[in-house]
Amino acid sequence: MNQRIIRVLVGKPGLDGHDRGAKTVASVLRDRGMEVIYTGLHQTPEMIAEVAAQEDVDVVGLSILSGAHMELFPRVKAELESRGMGHTLLVGGGIIPADDMTALEEGGYARLFGPGSRTEDIANWIDTEMNRRWATEGDN
Amino acid sequence: MTETQEVKTVDARRLWQEAYSSAKLREANFTSLSGEELKPLYGPDDVRIDADQDLGHPGSFPFTRGVHPTMYRGRLWTMRQFAGFGSARETNERFRYLLGLGQTGLSVAFDFPTLMGYDSDDAISRGEVGQVGVAISSLQDMETMMAGIPMDKVSTSMTINGPAPILLAFYIACAERQGIAAGELRGTVQNDILKEYQAQHAWLVAPEPALRMITDLMSYCSRAVPQWNTISISGYHIREAGSTAAQELAFTLANGLEYVRRGVAAGMDVDEFAPRLSFFFDSHLDFFEEIAKFRAARRIWARKLRADFGAQREASWKVRFHTQTAGVSLTAQQPENNIVRTTLEALAAVLGGTQSLHTNSMDETLSLPTEKAVKIALRTQQVIAEESEVAHVADPLGGSYYIEALTNRIEEHAQAYFDEIERLGGVVPAIEAGFFQKEIHRSAVRYQQDVEQGKKHVVGVNCYQDEDQAGPEIDIHRIDPAVEVDQRERLAKLRAGRDEVAAQAALAAVRAAAEGTDNLMDCFVAAAHADCTLGEITAILRDVFGEFKEPKTL
Repeated sequence: MNQRIIRVLVGKPGLDGHDRGAKTVASVLRDRGMEVIYTGLHQTPEMIAEVAAQEDVDVVGLSILSGAHMELFPRVKAELESRGMGHTLLVGGGIIPADDMTALEEGGYARLFGPGSRTEDIANWIDTEMNRRWATEGDN
Repeated sequence: MTETQEVKTVDARRLWQEAYSSAKLREANFTSLSGEELKPLYGPDDVRIDADQDLGHPGSFPFTRGVHPTMYRGRLWTMRQFAGFGSARETNERFRYLLGLGQTGLSVAFDFPTLMGYDSDDAISRGEVGQVGVAISSLQDMETMMAGIPMDKVSTSMTINGPAPILLAFYIACAERQGIAAGELRGTVQNDILKEYQAQHAWLVAPEPALRMITDLMSYCSRAVPQWNTISISGYHIREAGSTAAQELAFTLANGLEYVRRGVAAGMDVDEFAPRLSFFFDSHLDFFEEIAKFRAARRIWARKLRADFGAQREASWKVRFHTQTAGVSLTAQQPENNIVRTTLEALAAVLGGTQSLHTNSMDETLSLPTEKAVKIALRTQQVIAEESEVAHVADPLGGSYYIEALTNRIEEHAQAYFDEIERLGGVVPAIEAGFFQKEIHRSAVRYQQDVEQGKKHVVGVNCYQDEDQAGPEIDIHRIDPAVEVDQRERLAKLRAGRDEVAAQAALAAVRAAAEGTDNLMDCFVAAAHADCTLGEITAILRDVFGEFKEPKTL
């Protein structure tokens, strides 16, 4: 059986210019054999969803350190849904208070990673979660 | 030294070397924070110290030991906490709180829409208004922020880059409405666009027109606002984005030298504008490496300005700098430990001879700092200044074999980078090729791997973790979403109430100056007085100059 390759879009929504975390994670995921597209900075939710749909990615990972996550994360999700990408695995990270993390996880983000997260843990988690999803799809 | 003495010294060194080599060492990585090997001991064989050539005295060339003859005996560093959040009114309250605590200068943090030149009511600003700093879209907002603060007495530092000339114009117009002449104002605009393309990423237009606006600002200030620091050439963001200490120093100084070249090319006398350039560095956790970095910065700049640009005035040779402790060194885990990290970093900045200092608050990896955390951060500086007795002696580590060896090494690294940047055609072509961005990224990834592999220790993160990994109990400072709604209403009212003919005429003048060669600053000040908004002015600049396209580096 061929190992299916996980396709990930790493996105930076909003005006925030802090890309150290996003680029580090993108590099690590790529080193782990995933196919990674990085949007670059200053993207609107529409732009991110458009690229995700065009590239038909499995995972969208967002990074925000500007405090605008409660506005922008839900909008990216809505834009993805409107493009038939509601099944995408959504993850995120940044400076996000614990209460907001809970709210976003309840709102459809599978996992939020805060400061101090290990990139290896992020990669492992995505890997496990995608393979679990594909295995379930296979059962149906 | 007599021959016998010399023999004895050599013997002693050999004996120590043998003892060291046969001893059992801890399992640890003996490298600097930047990942460089360190010797177990530094002595006279490891560094040649030419005190006259390389060190000089405080206040004299090449300023390795400091820029003032008296250093902190003359005046302590300025304790300047960066603040700004939410509305102009709330920020005004925080400023008055800080001035009341004994802070001696203001430092304004703007929100992302302002940093990118968008008005608070622009669609792209949704969710970001007032979040990481104050929203300033017009002269009216500036007046609210500065209300009741004597603008002829305080010095104000504004961390703004792409739109810096416009925010300075708001500040000047605000002072003029208070009856204070521009010539009396003291302060700083960061206005360092080159590092924005490299690291911080809040740009307005492409590099060449951005540099033209900077030379316009330098020339305007030398005429009208002579006490203003026109560029704060910043390594802070380069370091925070992941660079090493040597990269921070090299890229910052390379950017500074580029501004000097541009000023000279625009026909200005180097001694007219160079004294108004200042610097802004990070102070990270590697205590000695940081001190060496500050010392090397002063020496390199002094030599370059004198030798390469023929600057004659001492003021042109001096690196005066602001320091901020390293935000990236703070951890969300066990956040109280951040007070200790910040103390070490602040001490390094002071021993390195900083002119002003911001100490981070312990809760900044979680949200904007609370008032209590800000107070502890400021008190940290006051304890260093008043209780530790370190401020009495200039450059106290000067002459240390280790510090001098590190200072020399950082200087060599910087020169190697200058050569490489030159090979790439200069700073702007190197930005367009993504050179800085790739270098910084590579260092960031290496550091992250070192931490994850346990080669670098972070207390509370990869060693000495708490059993209970539940979130820390720290108050979160939240921005009220009403700020954004209020800002929209304020702007709508401003536009409806202003003299529209005058506003449009002022905007037309901005366009004409942008298309031509007139100094843009005069037009920005006029547009500020006519109540034109930040977004209206930057829309014209983006239209005339074109936007910057981020090079692909990943």
